[in-house]
Amino acid sequence: MNKEMDLASAVASLSDGMTIGVGGWGPRRKPMAMIREILRSDLKDLTIVAYGGPEIGMLCAAGKVRKLIYGFVSLDQIPLEPYFRKAREAASVAVDELDEGLLLLGLQAAGHRVPFAVTQVGLGSDVLTHNPHFKTIKSPYADGETLLAMPAIPLDVALIHVSRADRRGNTQTDGPDPYFDALFARAAKRTIVTTETLCDRLDHEHADKAKANLFERYLVSGVVHAPLGAHPTTAHDAYGWDMGHLKAYAATATEEGGWDRYMADYIAQGEAAYIEKVGGAEAVARLPIPTF
Amino acid sequence: MSVSEVEFSLAELMIVAAAEAWRNDGELLAHGIGTLPRLAVSLAKLTIEDGLLLTDGEAYAIEDPVPLGQKQENRALAGWMPYSRVFDSVWLGRRHAMVTPVQVDRWGQGNISALGDFSRPKVQMLGVRGFPGNSICHKNSFLLTSHTKRTFVEGEVDVVSSVGYSDKRWPDGMKRPDIQIGLLVTDLCVMDFGGPNHAARVLSLHPGVSFEDVQAATGFPLLKADNLHVTPAPTREQLAIIAKYDPNNLRASALKGNPPGIRPAAAA
Repeated sequence: MNKEMDLASAVASLSDGMTIGVGGWGPRRKPMAMIREILRSDLKDLTIVAYGGPEIGMLCAAGKVRKLIYGFVSLDQIPLEPYFRKAREAASVAVDELDEGLLLLGLQAAGHRVPFAVTQVGLGSDVLTHNPHFKTIKSPYADGETLLAMPAIPLDVALIHVSRADRRGNTQTDGPDPYFDALFARAAKRTIVTTETLCDRLDHEHADKAKANLFERYLVSGVVHAPLGAHPTTAHDAYGWDMGHLKAYAATATEEGGWDRYMADYIAQGEAAYIEKVGGAEAVARLPIPTF
Repeated sequence: MSVSEVEFSLAELMIVAAAEAWRNDGELLAHGIGTLPRLAVSLAKLTIEDGLLLTDGEAYAIEDPVPLGQKQENRALAGWMPYSRVFDSVWLGRRHAMVTPVQVDRWGQGNISALGDFSRPKVQMLGVRGFPGNSICHKNSFLLTSHTKRTFVEGEVDVVSSVGYSDKRWPDGMKRPDIQIGLLVTDLCVMDFGGPNHAARVLSLHPGVSFEDVQAATGFPLLKADNLHVTPAPTREQLAIIAKYDPNNLRASALKGNPPGIRPAAAA
């Protein structure tokens, strides 16, 4: 069994109009090498589902997005993602803006293959106003409570960045928080992971870290070796986010032709050129993990 | 030495006032989101309510508050609190967060999502984040560094992100659930929604601020609490704790111009 593929063939397996879930959380553990490969492709009309970071802004800026489903979009120290803001303020993308927990529940429902999850989250808020397709349900039991039936959010594909993977699709993810990568993987028909380190057998080489395995390998259909592939987001425990780069990226949003220039300067020539352009592999690997 | 001889900033006054939000909370997950709320919850844990369960600002539970932004190789970690378990605490109702909405209305509803028409916002902000779930499941307090009619709005907030005491927003004739809004600490005063029918009420005025000043900066009518008083000045002990847990003086950047705690007009 060998699920190894390269970025180009991974992106070639995607098609226009797909619903794609992206793992990670804000500017943390985003599969950015894969996102950049999508930016280089002619894919379009995507529905993107995420706890959003720079991938949302970039895909919007490049005109790849038809619809966003998100709990938030932020670059943390840059609280408002500039290209997401632009897209929203120009009303150029459709949105389902969700409570963060509703996104969790929608993914979980999809992973459990049920049509909805029952919750009180969202009741009384404008989440229901702006998602008129969300329905409430009355408890069939004696309490008779009114609850939200949060619809499942099934994904065509989940894209997830991991610390280590083997060619069979076993993965390990370091860092203090698993976020909701496992829920994205289970909600999707198939999952493609990008990995910092690729090995033949995780069980032979990193058995001591087996608890860092977040989701089952039967969910994983593709493994792409993409060292430093989360840059400019944090990849615990390897390297921290590149706030300098994120600030430079954010600044392009205020410039005429800024996005085209960012694409040309950083993304168009491929991943090897990208890593050189952002300071080289050694410099990226030394980026400190931020402390809060 | 009398308290009045201690110099303090408005930010420090607000931190001390905000720490009171968690008094009598007992054991629950206590979150202060942002510089001043985080210092406030640290102060509350150390001086008011030892039962509070704090986090390190990322994914671990701690017993000793963590200084802001300071790299520590061996943080004493008491437990694991990744986001999935934060949601579990939220939905169980065992959390009290202090957050900073961009708009607040007379019903205690807050907005961090967008300004203007949601379908094409004038300003897109963060999205509703966890506000809908937090506000229906557990107690929340607010800290706002700019008390104006733009933040305390006349009508309803543009996007109801956190729910409040409005009776009109509940589907299928359901009754408004038991919403808990604690303290509202601003750069002018401390408020709550403890008036008749959850009307907004001023509990204390910061030194040099009048009730009329606060009312003029608020888009809806305010009541005076029976024992309306001046917000207590921080003690030396409180200031020392705040300084210890904010070694990089991030609190000095929390309010524009880092104003003193006693407004110059009042000192004259």
